[in-house]
Amino acid sequence: MPPHDPTKPGDWKDLPKDQVARFDAALAPVLQRYPPDKKEAAMIPALRIGQEIFGHAGTAVQQLCAERLGTSPARAEEVATFYVMFHTHPTGKHLLEICTNVSCCLAGADRMFEQLKRRLGVENGGTTKDGRITLREVECLGSCGTAPAVLVDEKVMEERVSPQKLETILGGLQ
Amino acid sequence: MSDVKVLTARWGKKDSHTLASYKADGGYGALEKALSMPQPGIVEEVKISNLRGRGGAGFATGLKWTFLPKDIRPRYLCVNADESEPGTFKDRYIIENDPHMLLEGIAITCYALDIHLAYIYIRGEFPKQAAALEQALAEAREAGIIGKKLMGKDFDLEVHVHRGAGAYICGEESALMESLEGKKGYPRLKPPFPAVVGLWGKPTIINNVETLANVPWIVKHGGAAFAALGTGKSGGTRLFGVSGNVKRPGIYEKPVHYNLKKLIMEDCGGTASGRPVKAVIPGGSSSPVLRGDEIDVSLEFDAIKAAGTMSGSGGVIVMDDSVCMVRVLSRVTKFYAEESCGQCTPCREGTPWMESLCEKIEHGHGVPGDADKLLDMANHIGGFTICALGDAASMPVQSFVKKFKDDFERHIAEHRCPFGEGAWGVSQDSREAVIGGMRA
Repeated sequence: MPPHDPTKPGDWKDLPKDQVARFDAALAPVLQRYPPDKKEAAMIPALRIGQEIFGHAGTAVQQLCAERLGTSPARAEEVATFYVMFHTHPTGKHLLEICTNVSCCLAGADRMFEQLKRRLGVENGGTTKDGRITLREVECLGSCGTAPAVLVDEKVMEERVSPQKLETILGGLQ
Repeated sequence: MSDVKVLTARWGKKDSHTLASYKADGGYGALEKALSMPQPGIVEEVKISNLRGRGGAGFATGLKWTFLPKDIRPRYLCVNADESEPGTFKDRYIIENDPHMLLEGIAITCYALDIHLAYIYIRGEFPKQAAALEQALAEAREAGIIGKKLMGKDFDLEVHVHRGAGAYICGEESALMESLEGKKGYPRLKPPFPAVVGLWGKPTIINNVETLANVPWIVKHGGAAFAALGTGKSGGTRLFGVSGNVKRPGIYEKPVHYNLKKLIMEDCGGTASGRPVKAVIPGGSSSPVLRGDEIDVSLEFDAIKAAGTMSGSGGVIVMDDSVCMVRVLSRVTKFYAEESCGQCTPCREGTPWMESLCEKIEHGHGVPGDADKLLDMANHIGGFTICALGDAASMPVQSFVKKFKDDFERHIAEHRCPFGEGAWGVSQDSREAVIGGMRA
């Protein structure tokens, strides 16, 4: 995706045509889930699809979503910036999210978060120098009984994570 | 006390999540029965059952259903699978182990209330569970259970999965609807309540996953049988999720009025460290904390009010005497500061303020009077906001400061955390969990 030019706030027409075609193909079946006159209900799924295809949900992707759903770019921006799973800027190749809420910390998550920061040489929200991993502290992942929990790439929930298991997870993130 | 399993009976069976397995155990028989009943008769059974909302508020489900205006269509059903309250981890296991039980509950509810479109709003951080729901829905559609004809009956029903994208506030029912409409999750002013003005301005019923998963059993066995599993105005069993410093954390299905101490000391085997219980958060992080000597109480919605707290979402967090209460409260306030949607000033400004004061005390920089200042802040947030997040953020502060004042005072007097590096306590190894009676 071209770098964001502040004088041209997110022109979706600059996005690669083949990726836009993939976006449209993925969005079409999702739109069937909502009443025909309520297309903008698909804003979260549309941004998620956009983020997966274009790498992040920056202004161009927001504008593409708004255009396809018949709503304003401001609406797309408000959604993209409200929910923590949308990234308006590029992240590392992998996203490693560790829950540090009460049940996870009672099971050692605070120490593991410190271990991760040292091991990767980043602070909370930072990306490793090689662009491989973005580390982020997140809120309760609903894995309190099987704490501590780590969410990998927003797809795989690793539970009962020990310092040793953490090393295995890191090894798998190439 | 009865040992009937309403929700977890099939957990752990091979392929319990499939339609074939569900049907082999009599699944969708309740829907078939419901389709032969008059619709108001189904609502009546749910009222008789004393089923109360399992999402946290404990509102009577059957009563909620009667708030729908008679003559406005369409009506919608939103299933709340946004499970995000710290300490709460039950709905995901219903979805993982028995998604068809939830779908059958949804189908019966929609038929009873003349609803033809339902959305399951599931939090974005549950990708595996969302996929499990999609798969179960596909099976149910394929088998002609859900779709143009509900099990062959002339009743059209569509159910869709809608994934969130990371926002605790979207578990609040009006924020959930805003989010589903494609907006940021700002709670709405109430009244009007969703049953009157809900999704896209139409009458909408919003029920939690666990609440609806009980409906097939109620239809099958009758409301009175369900009521008899509980006590007074609360029927049935509940899924209690126990985490923190216990020997056997996990999901336990028990009657709604089960004793909290028994759950922790007998079912979960007491603390993992063998040390005394210092504190228990009985119903998700927003419920007021109990001291270890206060836990001999019934978890029933009304009974536990007498102990000054609530059983909320059924998420029980146990802490032994090696845990620093200032450390814990600091983390809890950070959660609410992170998750405040920013709409109301007292919550948006007050929650980060409470967090920073907690952090200041925790790190030994507190001054005399800071604990009272925390209370003062909390007292000016709870009750002054559009939604209950303000109350949810205030109740832990009020209860932690009142019940563990000594912990706060010691930090201030000693200019340090008396628990030092080990503020999160001694039992930090991850433990084997028990989910619905099985080892996970």
